[in-house]
Amino acid sequence: MSFNDTVRGVYQEQLKSIKDAGIFKQERFIHSSQAADIEVEFPTGSSLKKVINMCANNYLGLSSHPEVVKAAHEGLDARGYGMSSVRFICGTQDIHRDLENQVTEFLGTEDTVLFPSCMDANAGVFEAILTKDDVMISDRLVHASIIDGIRLCAAEHDTFKHSNMKHLEKKLQLHADKRLKVVITDGVFSMDGDTAKLDEMVTLCEKHDAMVFVDDSHSSGFIGKTGRGTHEKCGVFGKIDIITTTFGKALGGASGGCVSGRRELVEMCRQKARPYLFSNTMAPVVVSGVIKVLEILSGSTERRDKLEENTAYWRKGLTEAGFVLKEGDTPIVPVMLFNAKLSQDISKDLYDEGIYAIGFFFPVVPQGQARIRTQISASHEKHHLDKALEAFIKVGKKYDILGKTKQEIIEKFGA
Amino acid sequence: MDEMKDVILEYVTEEYLEEDDDEISFDTPLISGGIVDSFSMVSLKRFLENKYSISIPDDKATPEAFDSVNKIAVLVQEFVK
Ligand SMILES: Cc1ncc(COP(=O)(O)O)c(C=O)c1O
Repeated sequence: MSFNDTVRGVYQEQLKSIKDAGIFKQERFIHSSQAADIEVEFPTGSSLKKVINMCANNYLGLSSHPEVVKAAHEGLDARGYGMSSVRFICGTQDIHRDLENQVTEFLGTEDTVLFPSCMDANAGVFEAILTKDDVMISDRLVHASIIDGIRLCAAEHDTFKHSNMKHLEKKLQLHADKRLKVVITDGVFSMDGDTAKLDEMVTLCEKHDAMVFVDDSHSSGFIGKTGRGTHEKCGVFGKIDIITTTFGKALGGASGGCVSGRRELVEMCRQKARPYLFSNTMAPVVVSGVIKVLEILSGSTERRDKLEENTAYWRKGLTEAGFVLKEGDTPIVPVMLFNAKLSQDISKDLYDEGIYAIGFFFPVVPQGQARIRTQISASHEKHHLDKALEAFIKVGKKYDILGKTKQEIIEKFGA
Repeated sequence: MDEMKDVILEYVTEEYLEEDDDEISFDTPLISGGIVDSFSMVSLKRFLENKYSISIPDDKATPEAFDSVNKIAVLVQEFVK
């Protein structure tokens, strides 16, 4: 069958219903490199607007760092552009293994294997290490890529209430008869910015003979005193069996991901994980950039320290202005608005004020919990944060939500 | 049937609600209302199967059929002998 009018109609209908539901996603074209100040074409075709970026995962401000760019250039010259092969045929260079060793060192694990992305790492890891005799017990708010990985795996699956350790223990007891058990969580949760209770989780898992899996995509490089991740922050460095993380956020922001952890689990991924086996790994130029990133971060905590200061300054400013925030201490700072339309309206008004911050609503976040998720970066200077704060206050006044409680906002705008 | 509904309501409350959530009724939309995500539905299905010694085929265990305590009770009734 060709792509005839009937077939086309099926898709046009589906796209229309997405639009009607108000959840049609539209890209905004950025005409500059990723940074605190960017130039954006939005809506498409309009003239460029200079805005402050408050929604990138560029936590450490390394996405366009001159040293990283230089290292990438040198890598490009020394190792070429592409590999034209998957890893196990002829797609592995010395620098791929170098990076794996450096990640192992940085995360305090036994071994590491690179993936094209963390999405791929999460999609491939469970199937590679578990069978139908095993069970995966996941936090209910884990990232979509983990959900996909769980779906691809034959092991039984169960969930526990978000960060609820009592509920987790009940589930560990319920599945006591399984051959292997893995407890699965994000380190820092991307929508709420809260941190998993890894210390309690590790204790529980030791008691019930379960492995611990943590996706530290929103932590690696800056959470913990030396930026190693949530395991460092929670005092369980060296005790996490499987860590997945991305190089597409704080660690240079280009692309790539990895599975890092117990030697045998990593080796199983090399033998069996399908995105590793059947897709090209990170390009040499990106590998060279990430190696430089890890070198910078291993040498100094300056960037994560600045990020921590910026985050505290931003949270304090918003709180004093009277916004309702999700509590936490990570650079993911959700400004709670509860109502979906309000989150869209405020995002638009902020954009008019030169602030780029996106509103999220159901189904990306739970019903009635719409928000604007702001993300702080070490590349933000105080003047960026002050200008952003000024804009938030101006817009907050317009909708009269400053100093209002959750209930008052819901009463006024609906949930 | 009424007793079954009470049992299901109690399980759903324990398994899916947080302490500060509003109470739910037999009619509260669970999946479409965002209380139970379709991914976490598995534990509910497993509970029903164990509790009533039944097996619900996957094509029957749809988000629609699981969307309220009332609907779940109807579904379970189909399979208990
Ligand atoms: C928690 C988490 N895991 C994995 C990913 C995927 O990362 P990548 O871009 O490397 O595929 C993301 C990115 O959105 C994420 O937030």
